[in-house]
Amino acid sequence: MSNTAEIVQEEEIDLTAANAIIDKYIDMKGALMPVLQEIQEAYGYVPEPTVHLVADRLNVYSSQIYGVLTFYAQFHLEPRGKYIVRVCMGTACHVKGAGRIGDTLKDRLGIGHAETTPDLKFTAEFVACIGACGMAPVIMVNDATYGSMSVQKMDEVIKKYQGME
Amino acid sequence: MAANAEKIKVLICTGTGGLASGARAVADAFEEEFAKQGVEAKVGKRCEVVGTGCRGLCANDVLVDIVVPGQDPVTYDFVTPELVPQIVGEHVLANEPVAKKVAGPYYAKFLEKQMRVIFSRCGTIDAESIEDFIAHKGFTGIQKAVTMTPDQVIDEVKRSGLRGRGGGGFPTGVKWSFCKASPGETKYLICNADEGDPGAFMDRSVLEGDPYGLIEGMMIGAYAIGCKFGYVYVRAEYPLAIKRLQKAIDTCYERGILGKDCMGLGFAFDMRIKAGAGAFVCGEETALMASIEGQRGMSRPRPPFPAVRGLWGYPTNINNVETFANVSYIFYNGADWYASIGTEGTKGTKIFALTGKVKHTGLVEVPAGTTMREVIFDVCGGILNNRKFKAVQAGGPSGGCLPAEALDAQVDYDSLIKAGAMMGSGGLVVMDETTCMVDIARFFLNFTRVESCGKCIPCRIGLKIMLEILERITRGEGREGDIEMLENMAYDIKKSSLCGLGQTAPNPVLSTIRYFRHEYEAHIKEKRCPSNSCKELLKFEVVENACKKCGLCFKICPVDAITWEKGGVAIIDKDKCTKCTSCYDACRFMAIE
Repeated sequence: MSNTAEIVQEEEIDLTAANAIIDKYIDMKGALMPVLQEIQEAYGYVPEPTVHLVADRLNVYSSQIYGVLTFYAQFHLEPRGKYIVRVCMGTACHVKGAGRIGDTLKDRLGIGHAETTPDLKFTAEFVACIGACGMAPVIMVNDATYGSMSVQKMDEVIKKYQGME
Repeated sequence: MAANAEKIKVLICTGTGGLASGARAVADAFEEEFAKQGVEAKVGKRCEVVGTGCRGLCANDVLVDIVVPGQDPVTYDFVTPELVPQIVGEHVLANEPVAKKVAGPYYAKFLEKQMRVIFSRCGTIDAESIEDFIAHKGFTGIQKAVTMTPDQVIDEVKRSGLRGRGGGGFPTGVKWSFCKASPGETKYLICNADEGDPGAFMDRSVLEGDPYGLIEGMMIGAYAIGCKFGYVYVRAEYPLAIKRLQKAIDTCYERGILGKDCMGLGFAFDMRIKAGAGAFVCGEETALMASIEGQRGMSRPRPPFPAVRGLWGYPTNINNVETFANVSYIFYNGADWYASIGTEGTKGTKIFALTGKVKHTGLVEVPAGTTMREVIFDVCGGILNNRKFKAVQAGGPSGGCLPAEALDAQVDYDSLIKAGAMMGSGGLVVMDETTCMVDIARFFLNFTRVESCGKCIPCRIGLKIMLEILERITRGEGREGDIEMLENMAYDIKKSSLCGLGQTAPNPVLSTIRYFRHEYEAHIKEKRCPSNSCKELLKFEVVENACKKCGLCFKICPVDAITWEKGGVAIIDKDKCTKCTSCYDACRFMAIE
């Protein structure tokens, strides 16, 4: 896993939200993925206690749930940064120099793919195509898209977010 | 349109590309300006701002059309909120288009060779409005379909010659008849919108720009096959597409278009969105079904084919977004009309996503049988910065790279396969002389290796070994015999992999070896990269004879490692240089090695 800050796994988390989500899907066929997706939306990641809860209530093995969680790129088992910087590594971005954009991010923040800064401010993700190829190379910070990136522009964006709370 | 003929319309592109370029701010600026100017009082008509889907020219977003009733629409490109007052003041109020800001002649050229069928609604109607959809032939296809028997509907699709637009090119009508012939009451219809190919985004634009059109196509399919339930499997990376499609589905339920008795036409059809979770392999039909069932998205051997035993063991029919979108148009205009477009083996139009080093990146819809040359040079304006064309990558990670000699290949299923690529989903990535073919092969193989589900050994281990060889070559550690080794492994992996991902993953390597063997040899024998792109083989030195003394590299360098004076050759200070390679892209003369 990543070299992020120590995570205390005996965390006490409030399972009310997770229970409400399971209630919503309990009778649905193929409920596991939507449940996990909504839990991640609610908590920002999938905490261990919720995995056991889902296993109990949907009557599946925890190992099966971990199988799903580790298979799909979208699920995260650890808390993530406030700002998620997605650097697109799609074909068009690659051809137009996405590599150096990723290198700049590594250089300035010291984090590589799927890593989080110790202060939980930034998480970096190198993703395959986000579908804005018309403006390659592209990055996303949370929901904001920045197109036609260069090393200088990357620096500006990082500074902008570093200056934010 | 008739109901809205009174209004001046402002059409703003609000696809993902448009929004990323700031469409929201432009739309707000228009609303604000209208309120400020009291347009209604002055013009005496209502003006409305319409958020449309993508109209294909993402490179020049934000695109805005001003439609004054009785006149030709005028398109502005690169619109920013600052420009809005001028456009409103001069064009909307004084009826004088702002000549300086109107999209140049290239825009007419961009549209000239295109034939917009599937995209006819994207960019002209309000993507979220069902009224707009109905005013543009919406739901007339399904109304026509239910006047026929299901078998006649399937025959109509067969006669049209429509082939699967997901890339495989299997005749759609035949696929439907298989699933219809399967016994049992419960059958599922799935729309595959897991558009994972890097460099392809046409499905997303259809979902964002014409969601009702997809719903209608699925209804026709459900009626013909006898499915009562449909899923749309959408990539998690497309939040806007999911939002708009969900809204469209909700509206259809409110109006009784979907549900127990669709539009009162006497058949039942329910549908639901299933959001993916970030796995490329889920675009493969058996993995996709596993994913809907809530398991790891792993492929399984076929047969049994989904038409016999698919989702939860029931007969299932899976088609791509663009295929369903085509179906509704076949029923608007008839199978004969559809069959009259395209070539002998490939009917209708095909949407391509043009990206990479081409002037006007975006989405292009052309009749099948148009040549690559027309698409790249006529429609999209040719190569960026007037560099030399080197290759075009067709068909994503499963396709291949075609060199300049193959530019006159027609874009249809059979010609592309003959040339060593494939239609695939329709992503075309254009590359110029600065793109290294070995690196591109490495890039695609890296992608497919990461995305391999790991179930079968040829794909899991074979691709990894091939990737290691390619990485070694790009680092300048290539050895004699590497190329032959790659070729051998590629054929074995193609023959022995379980699903389409592994069977096609070596294609980029094979096609680059076939057409650009000399680049591999330069890397291996001379330890140099002819395109100046493999970082480990670069010297970061300016070639004095080639340097045109323009200073572009000096301007772009982020760490001021380049010294340059007007009229002089640039010099790179290797101590300061961080090897970011920005200068290589900036230089138009390949003068840095």
